[in-house]
Amino acid sequence: MIRLTKVKALWIYETMVRIRRFEERSIELFQAGELPGFLHAYIGEEAVAAGVCAHLTPKDQITSTHRGHGHMIAKGLQYEGMFAELYARATGYCKGKGGSMHIADQDLGALGANGIVGGGIPIAAGAALGLRFKGEKHVAVSFFGDGASNEGAFHEGINIAATWKLPAVFVCENNGFAESTPRATHQAVQDIADRAKAYGMPGIVVDGMDPQAVYEVAGEAIARARKGRGPTLIEAKTMRFLGHYVGDPGTAYGHDKEVGKWLKRDPIITFAEVLVKKKWLNKSNIDAIHANVNNEMEEAIEFARKSPEPELGDAMTDIYASV
Amino acid sequence: MREILYREAIIEALDEEMARDGSVFLLGEDIAEFGGSYKTTVGLLEKYGAERVRNTPISEQGIIGTALGSALVGMRPVAELMYIDFSAVAMDQIVNQVAKVRYMFGGKANTSLVIRTQGGAGRSSAAQHAQSLEAWFVHVPGLKVVMPSSARDAKGLLKAAIRDDDPVFFIEHKLLYLERGAVPEEEEVIPIGVAEVKREGSDLTIVATSSMVGKSLAAAKELENEGVSCEVIDPRTLFPLDTETILASVRKTGRLLITHEAVQRCGWGAEIAAMAAKDAFDYLDAPIERVCAKETPVPFSPKLESYVIPDKDDVIAGVRGMLETV
Ligand SMILES: Cc1ncc(C[n+]2csc(CCOP(=O)(O)OP(=O)(O)O)c2C)c(N)n1
Repeated sequence: MIRLTKVKALWIYETMVRIRRFEERSIELFQAGELPGFLHAYIGEEAVAAGVCAHLTPKDQITSTHRGHGHMIAKGLQYEGMFAELYARATGYCKGKGGSMHIADQDLGALGANGIVGGGIPIAAGAALGLRFKGEKHVAVSFFGDGASNEGAFHEGINIAATWKLPAVFVCENNGFAESTPRATHQAVQDIADRAKAYGMPGIVVDGMDPQAVYEVAGEAIARARKGRGPTLIEAKTMRFLGHYVGDPGTAYGHDKEVGKWLKRDPIITFAEVLVKKKWLNKSNIDAIHANVNNEMEEAIEFARKSPEPELGDAMTDIYASV
Repeated sequence: MREILYREAIIEALDEEMARDGSVFLLGEDIAEFGGSYKTTVGLLEKYGAERVRNTPISEQGIIGTALGSALVGMRPVAELMYIDFSAVAMDQIVNQVAKVRYMFGGKANTSLVIRTQGGAGRSSAAQHAQSLEAWFVHVPGLKVVMPSSARDAKGLLKAAIRDDDPVFFIEHKLLYLERGAVPEEEEVIPIGVAEVKREGSDLTIVATSSMVGKSLAAAKELENEGVSCEVIDPRTLFPLDTETILASVRKTGRLLITHEAVQRCGWGAEIAAMAAKDAFDYLDAPIERVCAKETPVPFSPKLESYVIPDKDDVIAGVRGMLETV
């Protein structure tokens, strides 16, 4: 059994705050017209990214989704490069070419947010294969939604991983909706974790609003993968607190009615209570964490605003390594 | 004539065809309560119910495959792929199944289905949500490919596509959805395979598709002030192609510029250029010009995106260049 230590618990709490505040500020900036494109906010699901990534080093790899900011922050990407990317600046993680849906940093083992639902799942299997080829004990983790579990890429990717016993962990963030489609109307199974059985790997359901539970379950799965015993499918039951994208009120398809009971389980509030009870945190620590995060963020936003846009010629670079 | 939005024209076409023919039904991601990501199916769930306006799982291959299967037994499905980029996920069903079964089965297969999708850049949606992939589908014998540039064409051509007994790949443009245009109140079915001369001219022929039609018309207007008279032709269907309308124009003007939002290499414009070079060879007074997107994935940065995607000024520059070469 993997036990949550104080150091890890505080890391998880701070990471969740970092994600939450990043998303809240991004939404404000987007609504103020400062950011182009569109945004999918991760607010409400922070416990999953933080609880899983608490086990990962920069050598471990992740693949992510259109709702990828949280995974990237939990994997160690910095505010400056992330905001600069949202602002489409040359100093962004992708030099302004990728934007919100494509933030990535290979140096930190972040193989990218992804605009294609399910696209990252076989890529994670492949990263796990590559890591094993190189004889390294690192793992690859793929984050994806309930909707993605209906793509062929999910079934093909996890079957390959199971068959080859790859050091991979598949983390399904079941937030009850795929865009506007309630989960029960897009699949007949109750638990997506059940699908693991069909491919010969363990499938585990975990409360995605409980960072400690996520941490423990992910820890087992990651340890198993590192030991060469093959992949695990984890289904974290969670909820996005906002609409599918920034600007979607969620009213057309019942999200607004569903979300209320989940708001009461906001992991940032409930986990702070847990940590205060354990005396690992107190009110002034909490305030300090928030203040530090906010300061760092405002500096990063200023950095992004002051950063240059890419040059026109940059549009034609990075297409090939060489031609 | 009354004016409506391009996206409303799509809804009207779907509505009228569903009312007319009980075998027409819709399937796609988020098309029911949500009315589609670009609001092209709003109100249809309420009118026709969940059996005929079907929200699907995120399973593009499944969407196209089930559309085909239902067509084979006599339905007329209209499948929506939310973005043309996602057609890549469904390519086996589109290319190896939908396009092939009639031929492979010796003509005994009912493949009356429409795949509606939308493409194009202009909203900073980056490399996986802004492509122009029409050439892929024109390249596959067995598919018809339609690309309307106005609300009127969108409605009339979609109605024709639904009635067509062949699979029609119907490509809308995300920036055109909110453009308003005159659409007749009374029923109009615009035949597939007929181009439209959107503007008459005598010095040069511009063949433009989708979003480039409006930009070309704006360019032609500006060039008129310089004394240059451009004819602007919208083929409307990329296959079957109305070659005669294009060739007649080239024979008249002696100059041909082709413009589309897809990248140039192996683009649909190359096919038009080759055709004109052969069938209007004696009439050409200048090399054929193409004005297309730069050969790169679509960047997120609005500055880079507008640099990469051709606009009115690129068309004007292309036209001027051709006139100088004489
Ligand atoms: C292949 C593909 N199909 C459809 C979409 C459009 N789309 C983007 S996000 C989304 C819903 C995804 O749902 P889920 O996987 O549950 O993730 P969530 O948004 O709930 O985090 C859809 C349909 C896409 N980006 N890629």
